[in-house]
Amino acid sequence: MTAPTLEVRNLQTYFFTRAGVVKAVDGVSFSVGRGKVMGLVGESGSGKTVTGFSIIGLVDPPGRIAGGSILFQGRDLAKLSEEEMRDLRGNRIAMIFQDPMMTLNPVLRIDTQMIETVKAHKKVSTEEARQRARDTLGMVGIPSPDERLKAYPHQFSGGMRQRVAIAIALLHEPQLIVADEPTTALDVTIQGQILAEVQKLCATTGTSMIWITHDLSVVAGLADDIAVMYAGRIVEKGAVSEVLDKPLHPYTHGLIGSVPSRNKRGEALRQIPGMTPSLLNLPLGCAFRARCPRASEACIAEPIMAEILPGREARCIHPHLDASEAA
Amino acid sequence: MTVYLVRRILQALLVVLAMSLIVFIGVYAIGDPVEILISPDADQIERERAVQALGLDLPLWQQYAVFLTKALQGDLGRSFVYNEPALKLILQRMPATLELAFGATIIALIIGLPLGLYAGLRPEGRFSRVIMAGSILGFSLPTFWVGLMLIMVFAVYLGWLPSTGRGDTGTLLGLQWSFLTWDGIRHMTMPAINLALFKISLVIRLTRAGVRETMLMDYVKFARAKGLSPARVTFVHVFKNILIPVVTVVGLELGSTIAFSVVTESVFAWPGMGKLIIDSINVLDRPVIVAYLMMIVLMFIAINLIVDLTYSMLDPRVRLESKGT
Repeated sequence: MTAPTLEVRNLQTYFFTRAGVVKAVDGVSFSVGRGKVMGLVGESGSGKTVTGFSIIGLVDPPGRIAGGSILFQGRDLAKLSEEEMRDLRGNRIAMIFQDPMMTLNPVLRIDTQMIETVKAHKKVSTEEARQRARDTLGMVGIPSPDERLKAYPHQFSGGMRQRVAIAIALLHEPQLIVADEPTTALDVTIQGQILAEVQKLCATTGTSMIWITHDLSVVAGLADDIAVMYAGRIVEKGAVSEVLDKPLHPYTHGLIGSVPSRNKRGEALRQIPGMTPSLLNLPLGCAFRARCPRASEACIAEPIMAEILPGREARCIHPHLDASEAA
Repeated sequence: MTVYLVRRILQALLVVLAMSLIVFIGVYAIGDPVEILISPDADQIERERAVQALGLDLPLWQQYAVFLTKALQGDLGRSFVYNEPALKLILQRMPATLELAFGATIIALIIGLPLGLYAGLRPEGRFSRVIMAGSILGFSLPTFWVGLMLIMVFAVYLGWLPSTGRGDTGTLLGLQWSFLTWDGIRHMTMPAINLALFKISLVIRLTRAGVRETMLMDYVKFARAKGLSPARVTFVHVFKNILIPVVTVVGLELGSTIAFSVVTESVFAWPGMGKLIIDSINVLDRPVIVAYLMMIVLMFIAINLIVDLTYSMLDPRVRLESKGT
């Protein structure tokens, strides 16, 4: 097996606020192989977006990477200078954002925004850059790209804007794309189209992808591997089919149970009781303890990430091992 | 676009008409100019002759009708005091005020934009705090006091700059301008800075607020995620977005500076329109007041139109079209 495109080891991204240190990402490790899609799943505030921004080097103060390493093709991104990092951003590593209505600058034309990206990393003429922009727009399924290049973002629909954003991410054929809930703000039909498009691109270009989302159904269809985050930590990871079929961690179990389509009609919807704990004030031991139906005295001790089944890791003392318990 | 412009011009004319009526009645209500203009020693016959000559014996509506008919022929009346056409009086003084106002606005933009940008990008920096504290001074110090202090320091103690008047002027388009001669520029410097002080603070604060708001937008983060240089992100992605509020406010400020820079003009004895209007109000020189305010209304409308046109250049989402009915 070749070396993975990205290997994150014990990543710690902390925010040093006046109220105290917020450990938004606390010891996260995972890897993404070439051409693979990794789904990073969790509730709001679980640290999944901060993980994404840490990889691309855009954590804003007062946050910073406090420890760990992010190995991308053998280089540790956490140790690169801002200048070296900028050279990689948009070039070898690209990012797609959640809200397509907000990611394109409203006062600049599409061609301006695409050509500047091409020119930021390649010494080419404006004409060549425009050519590249047009080809890429065509690739992501935007009709008559020549005309559309001259348009402003507000002249596009949400789905089209997200395609433009994806096209911008693809301009330099990156090895890794960090996608932060890119389909959450879109209609289901558009969502499906974009997912299919992305899947095709990953397969043909060998681009690896981190797909950050809270939507398990998206991950189920798209990702190869999945990592579930809770309160800044990964609580379970493994191949997507296995994790979704037979979750080990009670939190994953609860997440899957909360998907409305899995409930029977007329039954009250299932939910995980309680709220995510404040990252400023995490309880001792397992962070999920207070909401967990399986919690016991033993959970006051910090559980560690352990291989519970072959190829399956989880951070839990009482994992769901019995097949009959599966959701 | 043409429809839009025509509509705007028609609106402008209506506003001017309403304005003239209000001012006409207003000045009439304040007092009788005859009392001020004619010496108390004058006898009844002299008095009546003067009243008749000025047309003040007619009822108000007739006076207004006469004014309006003449105004439509381009005659805004003669000043009671100078016995010259009011429009001519105003136009004579206009270049002085215009160049002062534009000078002040340009200074405000040249100084205010970079400082505001800096303060917005480094909100916690020490220099940013100095800038912001300074801008509070610029806001709150009274103009006349700053003007006097400037005169004291630069004209009296240091003797670097002249304190009064316009200095030598050059001719452009048949009008006299100070900015065409070195001596004129030296005369203009202090009053322009005095007028600019408030505007600098305003531009700094607007720019800073705009930058801080825009920096948080996703498109700025996305621009950084594209690997653009910080300079490109700041000067293209952020700057173009903050210009819209700045243009609006600076446009309005420019208008009010042209119209009402009375204090500065008085302190520096700058022979502009502000001084003319104050003198005219003192002696109830109605034709000058009315003509002046009509000019000002026209000017504000013109500035607003220019601001709107600038908008559509800065922000593609703004389209200047008449709303279909």
